[in-house]
Amino acid sequence: MTNITKSAFQIKRNTKRLIFRVLSHIILTLGAITMLMPFFWMLTTSFKDISEVFIMPPKWFGARLVWENYLQISSRFDYFAYFMNSIKVSVWVVFFQLLTSSMAGYVFARLNFIFKNQMFVLYLSTMMVPMHVIIIPNFIQMSFYGLVNTLWSLMIPPMVSAFGTFLMRQFFLTIPRDLDEAAKIDGCTPPGIFLRICLPMAGSTLATLAIFSFMGIWNDYFTPLIYISNAIHYTLPLGLASMKGMYATDWPVLMAATCVSILPVLIAFLVAQDAFVKGVMLSGLKE
Amino acid sequence: MSSSASQLPIIKRQKRRKLDDDTPWALLMLAPNIIGFLMFMVLPIFATLFFSFTEYDLIGTPKFVGLENYKTLLSDPIIGITLKNTLYFTVLTVPIGMVFALLLAVMLDQEIGMKRFYRGAYFLPSITSMVAVSIVWQWIFNPEFGLLNYVLSFFGIKGIAWLSSSSTSLISIAIVNIWKNVGYNMMLFLAGLQGISTSYYEASELDGANRWQQFRYVTLPMLSPTTFFIFIMSIISSFQVFDSVVLMTKGGPGRSSSVLVHYLYQNAFQYFSMGYACAIAYLLFFIVLLVTLFNMRFEKKIKEIF
Repeated sequence: MTNITKSAFQIKRNTKRLIFRVLSHIILTLGAITMLMPFFWMLTTSFKDISEVFIMPPKWFGARLVWENYLQISSRFDYFAYFMNSIKVSVWVVFFQLLTSSMAGYVFARLNFIFKNQMFVLYLSTMMVPMHVIIIPNFIQMSFYGLVNTLWSLMIPPMVSAFGTFLMRQFFLTIPRDLDEAAKIDGCTPPGIFLRICLPMAGSTLATLAIFSFMGIWNDYFTPLIYISNAIHYTLPLGLASMKGMYATDWPVLMAATCVSILPVLIAFLVAQDAFVKGVMLSGLKE
Repeated sequence: MSSSASQLPIIKRQKRRKLDDDTPWALLMLAPNIIGFLMFMVLPIFATLFFSFTEYDLIGTPKFVGLENYKTLLSDPIIGITLKNTLYFTVLTVPIGMVFALLLAVMLDQEIGMKRFYRGAYFLPSITSMVAVSIVWQWIFNPEFGLLNYVLSFFGIKGIAWLSSSSTSLISIAIVNIWKNVGYNMMLFLAGLQGISTSYYEASELDGANRWQQFRYVTLPMLSPTTFFIFIMSIISSFQVFDSVVLMTKGGPGRSSSVLVHYLYQNAFQYFSMGYACAIAYLLFFIVLLVTLFNMRFEKKIKEIF
């Protein structure tokens, strides 16, 4: 008797679960369409002829793939130069953030020294400070060094990251201490322990930090907008925004340029989706 | 007994020696980080405060004017407008964005096919630059040839001017920001949901709780730390909205979509009133600090509500 009611209950429960799952699929799919539609629109518009753009109702696809739009972005603009500037700044910043963050993270996690906790609290508390609060003195500082309107103004200040330092410290705390105690007894100095024991284990956290700082620098619009006014030093976001200003009506070419600008981060995301997910989760642990 | 007593001072001495031993190495390895941190993070925080008491146009020398900038701040009608717009933007984006993000996370937090695809699709906008996003959305918002008005025309809604009307410009910017950030918040919610032990759900199921009751009495209370974190972070970041505004409307039409940071930017880098811009920066700093302190003070009470 109880068995029958139990299985009836189970059947009812399973049906309910199935309904919820089907409903979820419907809503999630509708949502995903909303999310992806602008990207789809960007891509199809980039292959249209300009005559196929200003029409109502809009056409999903052009009559043929107009590849020439993609050729025009480099012939009509300094797109290649913007792209290379972005690459240069990103690679530099990512490299130095990894270097300074991993060293400092190791020191905060492992070594004993004066004012350690006070210093770390200072690092943590600055993460809450809006970047707009510090940008004006940084601009004044950079113009004092004569670096405004050069790529150096984008490359020097972000070489150190409080968030990166925090991220690396959290990771180094998880490595068992016995390992470096043993190395210490064998006469290894702190930099030796860092290089030979701790750093080789930090691969996935370094990858997470690299992806996050790359994304931040690659997509950054605010900083170059303030520092760079000479078009030869434009990074990609600034260059794209200026292209929009100059050729506001040539949507296909503009969309082609936009598509190409997204590619590097998109590729990084597709290759390392799990590192992205991990980074988001860690950023949620900031508190 | 005697051995433990004799060991104690040795341990103490070792600890102290270790402390002394590490400091030079620590400083050496920390040096590049500390120098950069002090120069570009700590010093500017104080420098902004200093400049907020001066009149400075980048060319001459800063002239000390006392509290003059803050007096202007209080009587400047544009500050009132931009603060109101920033608040309006926050009210538009934060609750709606969070409800969507939570809804999506709850649906993804079950055994469901295509999980990776969904996760990727929702996350894609948040890894794309605001410049790229704003270009596409400007085209979608186009009143005559845009996709959005075309889709809405099927529902009998016609001719909304979106970015070019002062009544809808900020709403349009809010839509783009919700669309861009929902996936990121969804992932944070998802992490929080995965941290809730399944035993709570099993127990509530045995007690005959239905799905809604489970959500209301298990999921929401257990999720409240995550919810609270996202709530605070969303408010703080919405007070700093700038890129989407300057890219899509430049604050216009009129000042209808001008927000606090936009006015700060105009003062600093278009009117070159660095002192006044620094005072605005400190107003922003003060608001963010207030939200953070509010967070620490009322964390418990707000968690009870959820």
